[in-house]
Amino acid sequence: MDSLVPLFVIIPLGIAFIIPLIWQVTRGVFRFLPGAGMLAMAVLAFFMLFNLGGESIVYKVGGWEPVNNIPIGIHLVADPLSLMMLIIVNMIGLFAALFSIPYIDKYTGENYYYSLFSLMVAGMNGVVLTGDLFNMFVFLEVSVIASYSLVAFGSSRDELEASFKYQVLGGIASLMILFALAMTYWYTGTVNIADASEIIRSGTGTGTAIFIQLFLLTGFGLKAAMIPFHAWLPDAHSSAPSPVSAMLSGVLIKAIGAYAILRLFFSMFSLSIEIGYILIILSVLSMILGGILASGQWDYKRLLAYSSISQMGYVIMAAGIAMVVLVRGQDAGIAALAMAGGLFHMFNHSIIKGLLFLNAGAVEYATGTRNLKELGGLASVLPITSATSLGATFSIAGIPPFNGFFSKLIIIIAAVQARLYLLALIAVIMSIVTLAYFMKVQRHIFLDKVKSARFAKVREVPWLMSLPMVVMAIMCLVMSIMIIPGVRDTFLMDAVNALLSIK
Amino acid sequence: MIPYMLCFVLFLVGLYGVLTRKNILKIIIGLCVMEYSLYLFLAMTGYIEGGAAPIIDPANRAGSVVDPLPQAIVLTAIVIGLATTALLLAIAIRLYKKYKTFDIDKINTLKG
Amino acid sequence: MTIIVKNVTALLAGLVFLYGCYIVLHGHLTPGGGFAGGTIIAGSFILLVIANGIQYFRLKKEKEESSMFEGAGILCFLLLATGGLLLSVPVFFRNLLPGGTPGELFSAGVIPLYNIFVGIEVAAALLSIFLAFVIYKTEE
Repeated sequence: MDSLVPLFVIIPLGIAFIIPLIWQVTRGVFRFLPGAGMLAMAVLAFFMLFNLGGESIVYKVGGWEPVNNIPIGIHLVADPLSLMMLIIVNMIGLFAALFSIPYIDKYTGENYYYSLFSLMVAGMNGVVLTGDLFNMFVFLEVSVIASYSLVAFGSSRDELEASFKYQVLGGIASLMILFALAMTYWYTGTVNIADASEIIRSGTGTGTAIFIQLFLLTGFGLKAAMIPFHAWLPDAHSSAPSPVSAMLSGVLIKAIGAYAILRLFFSMFSLSIEIGYILIILSVLSMILGGILASGQWDYKRLLAYSSISQMGYVIMAAGIAMVVLVRGQDAGIAALAMAGGLFHMFNHSIIKGLLFLNAGAVEYATGTRNLKELGGLASVLPITSATSLGATFSIAGIPPFNGFFSKLIIIIAAVQARLYLLALIAVIMSIVTLAYFMKVQRHIFLDKVKSARFAKVREVPWLMSLPMVVMAIMCLVMSIMIIPGVRDTFLMDAVNALLSIK
Repeated sequence: MIPYMLCFVLFLVGLYGVLTRKNILKIIIGLCVMEYSLYLFLAMTGYIEGGAAPIIDPANRAGSVVDPLPQAIVLTAIVIGLATTALLLAIAIRLYKKYKTFDIDKINTLKG
Repeated sequence: MTIIVKNVTALLAGLVFLYGCYIVLHGHLTPGGGFAGGTIIAGSFILLVIANGIQYFRLKKEKEESSMFEGAGILCFLLLATGGLLLSVPVFFRNLLPGGTPGELFSAGVIPLYNIFVGIEVAAALLSIFLAFVIYKTEE
């Protein structure tokens, strides 16, 4: 089983670079290659998760064994948390790739699209698997450079401007991360995460460690678009082609933003109450301001992008609560509960937001606009899109029995148990605000009366576009089974234990 | 210690350039300055006084060599920097064709 | 450009190309290697394009070919790395071939092969970037 680990990087990279060679001779079959690869990887990740039973694999690339217990060479670490992230990345990637096949038809240069798409997935898979700081930086750059060009794929005015903004802020973030990495190497003499964590935790130079942590927090905060660093996200996520938006909002900001924050701050540095409070403050700002800004939007995809900022606030808040609880020395069970809620919400949000962006893409594909003021009355002409969108709305607003309700409930219970009552209150209020602005979407797009005669001949989207939406809408309901104890233990609690290292 | 500090100062100079300039090309140059400060910093972390280049030399195996890992990191970072800069310039050219200007204040269709 | 420039670059480009090949092949013995050598190889092509004007190569076709080379270079690299996974001891990026004596040209196992593929890929990639800019300029 060990030798299966590098396949998660080999398969998407191979697909990405074989498409430019064969796309002319395959007569369109190459469009299905990325989807097929991601299906294989998602199945493989499931298989490994069930067979590992909470253990983790450390895979040494190139067969370089440690010398005197000092690791040399790059390590890939497949623990339950990374496998869970791999499942998310490849599953959403599969749905977005299928959705792309009719959607990207109108653009030129399809071959480049599928290459870049696979490259982005390869980068994300690498980021979640690697156990080496510099390797993480390289994979991160692979995925974000692919995403920069995917955002600019239509090369219209909006898309170019959004991509430029995204590149400048993303570039600053990458350089901050590289600076933190250089500082880490200067301070510890290693770039292996496990090795660096031993040196940092036993060391005396807390000033240096805090300096590194602040740089990392700024860098990954920019990548995850926490509120003071969010300026690029609404532009980039709303301008990109819809399947790419689904990938960016659904997985990219989680894999290279939230996951990296969780992994580095919980597994590498010693926990400190200051970082916990900074995480909580950033997340509360994100939740409140993201929600308020989303309410005022009239562009469907822009509203969804702001909503992503708000929902990512829940995930980071759960991490902050877990860290504060652990540092205060309260019951570790509460920390585990908060972290489980956060990871569960991350999982749910990638499905929900992926689905919502695909809905937005379907609406745009069918009608040619995404302005809420122009649309209306689409429920009768786009029944599948409308129904799946309603499911996603209920789910993200936290209405039982959809999955979003349970993950938010777990986070709120954990906040109450940790005696952070204000945070619980904010989480409840923002959940209601979420419901409010998604009801606005439902009313202006799918209900209401038809406002323009040109929507009269709108047809339901092709089956390749509706199939991913239906499957994801069903998953919104089915994922609720994750709170049943047996399922929760294999799927969620193992990941939490891997992160908090509770045995 | 002072050279390390100077690298950090150079990093901040680049950041200042990115944040205050209005011309797209100057922003790209600012990003490059930030990058180069990091390459300098990384190369210095591996330096050992009097160390040779880190290549196995059968004639002289006893001498001290500088740390090869930061050099590998810098090379990889240069390649990544090349890709980023090329993409930025490509986008800048396309923006210029659409808007006929390099001034970011005039490139503002996206707001809110 | 004048006839002098054209003739001198025509002479020099070959030498530059050879020097790039030398740097790539001796990547495991001297400072340099795939990336540096590939850049020099791309430089020789870029020199020709600059000296002879943009009609010299049929640029559009040239760009497609260099993209093909780029894809092929990376695929070979990946195959070589995966080869370590498939044969005998399954380890990704394993050094398949015997090491040889340090300091000789044919030594260090598969590392020279990696260098060659990286050289092809970097040369093709830099040339594609340059040609993309040139083609975009002429399209106006």
